[in-house]
Amino acid sequence: MTEHYTLRVNGRDHEVDGAWLGESLLYVLRDRLGLPGSKSGCEQGECGSCSVLVDGGLVCSCLVLAASAVGQEITTVEALGGPHDAMSVVQEAFVSEGGVQCGFCTPGLVMAVHDLLVRNPEPTDLDVREAISGNLCRCTGYGRVLAAVRAAVGAGGVAGAAGAAGAAGAGGRSE
Amino acid sequence: MTVACPTRLEAALDALASTPGAHVLAGGTDLMVEVNHGGRRPGAVVAVGRVAELREWGVEDDGMVRIGAGVTYTELMQGALAALAPGLAEAARTVGSPQIRNAGTIGGNLGTASPAGDTLPVLAALDAEVHLVSPDGPRRLSLSDFITGPKRTALRPGELIAAVRVRPAVDGDTQEYLKVGTRNAMVIAVASCAVVVEPSARRVRVGMGSVGPRPLRATDAEAWAEGHIDWATGALDRADEFGRLVAEAARPIDDHRSTEAYRRHAVAVLARRGLARGLRGIGGMAA
Repeated sequence: MTEHYTLRVNGRDHEVDGAWLGESLLYVLRDRLGLPGSKSGCEQGECGSCSVLVDGGLVCSCLVLAASAVGQEITTVEALGGPHDAMSVVQEAFVSEGGVQCGFCTPGLVMAVHDLLVRNPEPTDLDVREAISGNLCRCTGYGRVLAAVRAAVGAGGVAGAAGAAGAAGAGGRSE
Repeated sequence: MTVACPTRLEAALDALASTPGAHVLAGGTDLMVEVNHGGRRPGAVVAVGRVAELREWGVEDDGMVRIGAGVTYTELMQGALAALAPGLAEAARTVGSPQIRNAGTIGGNLGTASPAGDTLPVLAALDAEVHLVSPDGPRRLSLSDFITGPKRTALRPGELIAAVRVRPAVDGDTQEYLKVGTRNAMVIAVASCAVVVEPSARRVRVGMGSVGPRPLRATDAEAWAEGHIDWATGALDRADEFGRLVAEAARPIDDHRSTEAYRRHAVAVLARRGLARGLRGIGGMAA
């Protein structure tokens, strides 16, 4: 493989040029493709702040070799909302319930909750705790995050989401 | 640096053959940590995550369950596979987080061969066969021949882990996996123990993790339990003796995660607990 490759992110092809092939998907998203929504916390899969969907599966983008994701459908937090900066139901719920303080862990948590609600629209509290067990928050606290998930479920979850959110998660692709 | 992303096994073997010394990348949960933190600058990577043959599992003609190396922890936890290999499902549930379980694979667990690998005590307890493939043909090794030491395996250059094979759990069998760590999620085992109870064969098997350089069996404890269990009722006197024999078979060390003494204590407690759960099932059948 040459050091030029194409990644399909949020329904659009992105060219990656002159990159070292050992770069993580997280690095390429943030520093080469201008998609800084996924956060770089631990770079070892511990904190979940870089969570994205690859072919519909929630993974830590720091543990994905970007060059190995060629031909796969990558969905980042940037694609969850609708057009004109509209937020998804999950994102709205994080705001309305105060589930955002410093905000660093929020994109990863939003992705994890989005993924949960795609698979399981009416999760129990235990399901929710399990689903966010790989996302570390050190300042907001998990109480408000759990409240946000309950609010999102009450507001229709990902089915009621604006824009591409539902489609992005369900099939791992947006239009 | 080169990166190959084959989708067929033959192409993966070709890629390995044409780039000697290439790193095999499965779920990335081990290799990418080493890359990100600067320790490793691989010259070549063969990413096997999309090799179709490695993603499959099934029950073979001889009744054994063959699990492709690329089967993820999430897949181990689900549906019919979880019913056939409940110990592997239980071990998979304790791995990392949803994100890690979606990426990490059973083949990766074997290839990394960490003393703390969560599926390894279960594979040890089930006398798993490790199936390897290379241009020279297939090889089959026992788990104990495959894992030769901490993060050391018998894998040869150019060879890939194709699958593991285990006997299925049948009615009445229990496969427990218990693990001690600082929290439930995202934890590397301080000590772990798999206890397999197969009443129809009057068999008990014990695999241990994080208490030795590689997964260990507690064969004296197994034999003692098989001889002392009342197989009609599931009753067992002196379960403490079982725990003592398990602890005796452990070879733990002090390190940054725990101490030799605590690990030896913990693995005995886990083994007793696992056996008790298994025997409860027999009592249930008798009633």
